[in-house]
Amino acid sequence: MMSTPAPIQGKERLVIIGNGMAGCRAVEEVLKRDPDRYEIAIFGTEPRVNYNRIMLSPVLAGEKSFADIVINDEAWYRDNGIALHAGRAVTGIDLEGRTVQAEDGFELGYDKLILATGSDPFRLPLPGSDLRGVVTFRDLDDVEAMVAASAKPGARAVVIGGGLLGLEAAYGLARRGMGATVVHLMDVLMERQLDESAGFLLREALLERGVETVLGAHSEEIVGQDGRVVGLKLKDGRVLPCDLLVMAVGIRPNSSLARAAGLAVNRGVVVDDGMATSDPTVFAVGECVEHRGQCYGLVAPIWEMCRALAQSLTDGEGGYEGSVLSTRLKVSGVDVFSAGKFAGGEGCEDIVFRDAGRGVYKRVVIEDGKVVGSVLFGDAADGGWYFDLMRAGTDVSEIRDTLIFGQAITKGLSGLDPNAAVAAMPDTQEICGCNGVCKGSIVSAITGQGLTSLDDVRAVTKASASCGSCTPLVEQVLKLTLGEDFKAQTGPKPMCKCTHHGHDIVRKTLVAEGLRSMPAVFQALEWTTPDGCASCRPALNYYLLCAWPGTYKDDAQSRYINERVHANIQKDGTYSVVPRMWGGMTTPDELRAIADVADKFSIPAVKVTGGQRIDLLGVKKDDLPAVWADLNAAGMVSGHAYAKGLRTVKTCVGTDWCRFGTQDSTGLGIKLEKALWGSWAPAKVKLAVSGCPRNCAEATCKDIGVICVDSGYEIHLGGAAGLHIQGTQVMTRVATEAEAMQVIAAVLQFYREDGWYLERIYKWMARIGLDAIKAAVGDDEANRVALHERFMISQETAQIDPWAKRATGGHEAQEFRPMAQLPMGMAAQ
Amino acid sequence: MTVHPLHIEHAWHDVGAVDDIPERGARRVSTAQGDVAVFRTGDGKVFALIDRCPHKHGPLSQGIVHGHSVTCPLHAMVIDLASGELTGADAGKGCAPTVPVSIRDGRVLLAAPTVGS
Repeated sequence: MMSTPAPIQGKERLVIIGNGMAGCRAVEEVLKRDPDRYEIAIFGTEPRVNYNRIMLSPVLAGEKSFADIVINDEAWYRDNGIALHAGRAVTGIDLEGRTVQAEDGFELGYDKLILATGSDPFRLPLPGSDLRGVVTFRDLDDVEAMVAASAKPGARAVVIGGGLLGLEAAYGLARRGMGATVVHLMDVLMERQLDESAGFLLREALLERGVETVLGAHSEEIVGQDGRVVGLKLKDGRVLPCDLLVMAVGIRPNSSLARAAGLAVNRGVVVDDGMATSDPTVFAVGECVEHRGQCYGLVAPIWEMCRALAQSLTDGEGGYEGSVLSTRLKVSGVDVFSAGKFAGGEGCEDIVFRDAGRGVYKRVVIEDGKVVGSVLFGDAADGGWYFDLMRAGTDVSEIRDTLIFGQAITKGLSGLDPNAAVAAMPDTQEICGCNGVCKGSIVSAITGQGLTSLDDVRAVTKASASCGSCTPLVEQVLKLTLGEDFKAQTGPKPMCKCTHHGHDIVRKTLVAEGLRSMPAVFQALEWTTPDGCASCRPALNYYLLCAWPGTYKDDAQSRYINERVHANIQKDGTYSVVPRMWGGMTTPDELRAIADVADKFSIPAVKVTGGQRIDLLGVKKDDLPAVWADLNAAGMVSGHAYAKGLRTVKTCVGTDWCRFGTQDSTGLGIKLEKALWGSWAPAKVKLAVSGCPRNCAEATCKDIGVICVDSGYEIHLGGAAGLHIQGTQVMTRVATEAEAMQVIAAVLQFYREDGWYLERIYKWMARIGLDAIKAAVGDDEANRVALHERFMISQETAQIDPWAKRATGGHEAQEFRPMAQLPMGMAAQ
Repeated sequence: MTVHPLHIEHAWHDVGAVDDIPERGARRVSTAQGDVAVFRTGDGKVFALIDRCPHKHGPLSQGIVHGHSVTCPLHAMVIDLASGELTGADAGKGCAPTVPVSIRDGRVLLAAPTVGS
């Protein structure tokens, strides 16, 4: 393809439009291959020598100076005989006559032309985008404008765009002392490079460095005053005040010159694998290029293109075949790497490693025994290794078990069984990274002090006492050292396959470390899956809701369907609906309304429940909001018959009617139900109040039961009458209704804070012991008052009728409608 | 329009925006031949299955979505969203048919079969 006519003056003329990284690298690559072939001229619009544009971020951050990032100084142009036309913009190309024209009328002929015009930052067409103080982040002029703005004391910056460039800009500005806020349209920062877990960590790391982030934010208008930016207005009405607004929402190939000249252009200048455009004497390279439908904005592919181009221009072999991308973020102390299918996908398998102590998250995605992607946060040292494995398509089945620990460990342990591998470790090898304990210290502690268990080793050496991820290794060391004397230790059962921690540790850590979101828990407790499973997610959602009432946002997608739609799913996919009947009391009007609803919606079955209320069975999901609206209109609310939380308070008729009644059991039942409804708990909670020891309300097989006696109230705990049958035990006796109410709310709160998810009260009681509960709630008055108070605070935001919220439309009503209705079938396979 | 390997052409039907499906959640699409469950995973992928668990026909659209799996609301069977196959201890015991799904400009398109030329 490179048959060239004999040059007229001995050398062919090579002209490059673009004095950026791509243009200059292409020239370097050509000179490396054939230094004497071309007479070279470079045109650049910026009035300066070639510099490393990707290092603008450190310049902005004040970590490097412009001199540091110059790639080719004037001497380079001079020594290589290159004519540099800096500050001279090319305005036209004559393909026929093979000349380029500059804006000042200067004209130059070429034999070969390279377009390296780069890209332009994309500017959002927002009202106010022409105000002073609105900049992009592309060249040194932008950086200078940003640095100037940061000089004003107390100045604030808003950056639109939470991608690589936007975050680096915000970080740089924060380093310059500005308050910086990043506004991002998506819910995850750098969502094209990071998964949710890494995005969460990045957000935290940026916050520590003074960069705030607003996610899911739609920008509406740039607000100005006297022609200068003063803030950014979001669609939700919020205004973020700022003195500088940086748009970093992406780039687009600068292809206008090529288009005007008549070259083939789509999104970018179209090139073949030899980097030739539709005119065989014109080549293009860098960000202005579209190759096999792809445009690139990262530096690695550009270097690859430059090599392919130089091969073409020097009659070499081998074209450009497209690039596999990897990304690193340049924010000091924040190590982020991402490559390939980092988010997994069809047929992919995830290996996840988290080290909370070091703030590390690693995810390697494997498909057909090969690495196809990875995302690393906090420790990206092995990014290059994973990237190499990925590009080479190496079969990693053999090293799968140690792959996630990185190259050093994998290579060190290859071919050894775990026992032999530990035996082969030198005494200086660090086993516990959190506490800096090496193998030798563990061995000498075991032999020197006669330790025999993992707990002993933990207590003495601190190995595996923090994050626990080295537990298997410590256990191996123990096993090797003790030989036959080793007895395996069984710890608490893990919550699920996603974690090695039990419920207790999770609950305690969540409160102690102030973990307020699911991603925070996943990281701090080193979950091994990206977003949990159907077992741990509902549990964590409850634990977070219980720990942070009023502030934690309930995650509907982590709730079992019954709690998500506030009805009970039946075997045929219909639902049952149970309105609340306080203390089992109802009225003719309520019964009429229930009858009307049953008729109106052709509800096939109406049944009286064991909890003294009425169940409407066979309601279609689509009908639920309308059914609720009618029941609400008659004054009824959700009975929470589906909830891990308070269900019913069953009562007998008590002193109002019964000749044996000792107290107003119905009245107390109603008061209890009104006080406790709406509260979520680890499992369902059923109550009953009986008016005398004859116990007609069957209070002695309920989670919490009250037996009224002449002298007051017996509070019972821990009954069950389901899979397991068990009578209650008496927790305490009190004299007044008010005391009974307080004790019951307190014990319920203790259970809410201490029980494991799906653990009924009788199991909880068996685990911690009735005496512990008596001590916490009965004997310790201050603690009882505190528990009661926490319960009441939690109830402030819990007692909202979920039916009314959904019956009145709005976003929550969407759940009950099909997304679409189609008159035909689907192409199922 | 894409051509299916079995020479069945798909007519693509727009059933709504990706954002109409909650993340780590699902929506139903009702069709002449029963419901289709359309899932959106935590990493933004969209999958579609016939809304019927191979075990006892539970509505998969009502399950909990985790990773690229859904747990059926009736008996906690775990189904792989990409293949529709039961997983874990139940692997190989049944499959919910998959429905080809395509995303264009943030819209979800489902394939309905029309016999090709």
